Amino acid sequence: MIRLERFSFTYPGEDQPALSDLSFEVPAGQFYGLVGPNGAGKSTLCYALAGMIPHYFKGTLSGSLTVAEIDIAQSSLGELAGTIGLVFQNPFNQISGSRFSVRGEVALGLENLGVPRDQITDQVDETLEQSGLADLGERSPFALSGGQQQRLAIASILVMQPAVLILDEPTSQLDPVGTSEVYALLHQLVGQHETTVLIAEHKLERLAEFTDNVLVLNQGRLLANGPPKTVLTDPLIEEIGVQPTRYTQAARQARARGLILKKDEFPLTLQDAQEFFDDAAV
Amino acid sequence: MLRFESVHFTYPGGVEALIDLSLSIEQGERIALVGENGAGKSTLAKHMNGLLKPGRGRVLVNGEDTRRKTVAQLAHIVGYVFQNPDEQLFSNTVQDEVAFGPRNLGFSPQEVEEMVRSALEAVGLQAAASEHPYDLLPAQRKLLGIASVYAMDTPVLVLDEPTMGLDLHGTRMVSSLLADCFSAGKTVILISHDLDFCAEHVERYIIMADGAVQLDAGIDSAFDDPGLLERAGLEPPQLARLARALGIQETPGTVVDFLAMWEKHRRRRSS
Repeated sequence: MIRLERFSFTYPGEDQPALSDLSFEVPAGQFYGLVGPNGAGKSTLCYALAGMIPHYFKGTLSGSLTVAEIDIAQSSLGELAGTIGLVFQNPFNQISGSRFSVRGEVALGLENLGVPRDQITDQVDETLEQSGLADLGERSPFALSGGQQQRLAIASILVMQPAVLILDEPTSQLDPVGTSEVYALLHQLVGQHETTVLIAEHKLERLAEFTDNVLVLNQGRLLANGPPKTVLTDPLIEEIGVQPTRYTQAARQARARGLILKKDEFPLTLQDAQEFFDDAAV
Repeated sequence: MLRFESVHFTYPGGVEALIDLSLSIEQGERIALVGENGAGKSTLAKHMNGLLKPGRGRVLVNGEDTRRKTVAQLAHIVGYVFQNPDEQLFSNTVQDEVAFGPRNLGFSPQEVEEMVRSALEAVGLQAAASEHPYDLLPAQRKLLGIASVYAMDTPVLVLDEPTMGLDLHGTRMVSSLLADCFSAGKTVILISHDLDFCAEHVERYIIMADGAVQLDAGIDSAFDDPGLLERAGLEPPQLARLARALGIQETPGTVVDFLAMWEKHRRRRSS
């Protein structure tokens, strides 16, 4: 569904490419995570996948990037709008400012796509419900808390039912229960609608639970691409500045201090960690 | 140091954000103020530096009613780091941004220079001193927001989501900046959803829901009530969950605590 071949991108006036020689594929209906330290190029990659690069942010491109068989560089943002949705890191950048209610804001994308009015109403209602915003439909988008704005940003994209959904740290301002709800919703989209999802995220425990595969980006380069269990317990990620789960950290410390000798695999999740430390206790 | 006496606050438009809230915080305490989005945490924090004044009840900072103090006067006592740095930053260079606070508090030019230098060093932004804040990465802007309040050297520091969007390097810088604050005896209040981070730094948890304090406790009893946690939108920190899953009675804050507790538990089981 997403395919990059030797894709590179350099922002105007920069010497170093922001994305360098990236090749990978995301099959349709898969849930991918994207991790890396600040400045690794995660947001830039999200922009590129959604066509914001090169259609909004200019720069020098090479290689190829196709999403749903569409060559991103050769199409327009308008053509991409119904197929690819991008949820920004900062919800403030997503909210149009042209609508006085949450409901109006969520409807905006569908209106721009020319969807009939009664269908818009149904889709907006359903999305508000799914996104936990049903009670806030008449509220001004600017009278929402940071977390609520983040839900609104997600809702305003979900409502268009894109085949490919790119999310740049969409839960950074959400509480743990709100974060779980967003992941549950994404999981449902992948399962029921075969939506292809790629999410940039610092919360590794969530990626461990939900994703099929994780991409690791550092200094614009792809360092790893594999199942969360392998990739996210690799000491490499800590070296580049990605915080492992406390489970992995505790296990690695136990091993470093010689408290546990026989285990080679480090745990990623609570369940793994329970087994790791329980076995070792006997 | 900070005292809330039956505080009520209602936003224009009628949202009741604080309902009969009473709370007392002593000098040198390390506190996590936690709860779901919309629980009233930021509203509570904005009462600490006088950005908001109570509708009913009183807020006392160093024994003085915040209604009789200006925000500028309270800024000598309580530093507040906004959740979103873009609401906080306004200068044309990183250096000016950090200098603004101490300069306004009346420090001498030499003192201001030294405070700016050490604050920028604490968050790794020395090399960016003459850049425009909006040319920084979002994570660097977050760190700049923290540095510009840290530089004011106030006895109380309130940090709203200090690790939001930060990678391991950034998080470690915030940790070591907090360690400096602790050793200087400052009062530190973290407002955060990142309970794994909180657990490594605080000793007292104030759990809010529906505009009121629901629980005020140490780590050993802060996460005992699943119903309350659900209502407050919280999950216990990872190490606390792991300890519980392993049948360990105590609750660890850090990896070091966890390993000590686990070893003790292991010895007890094998003997």
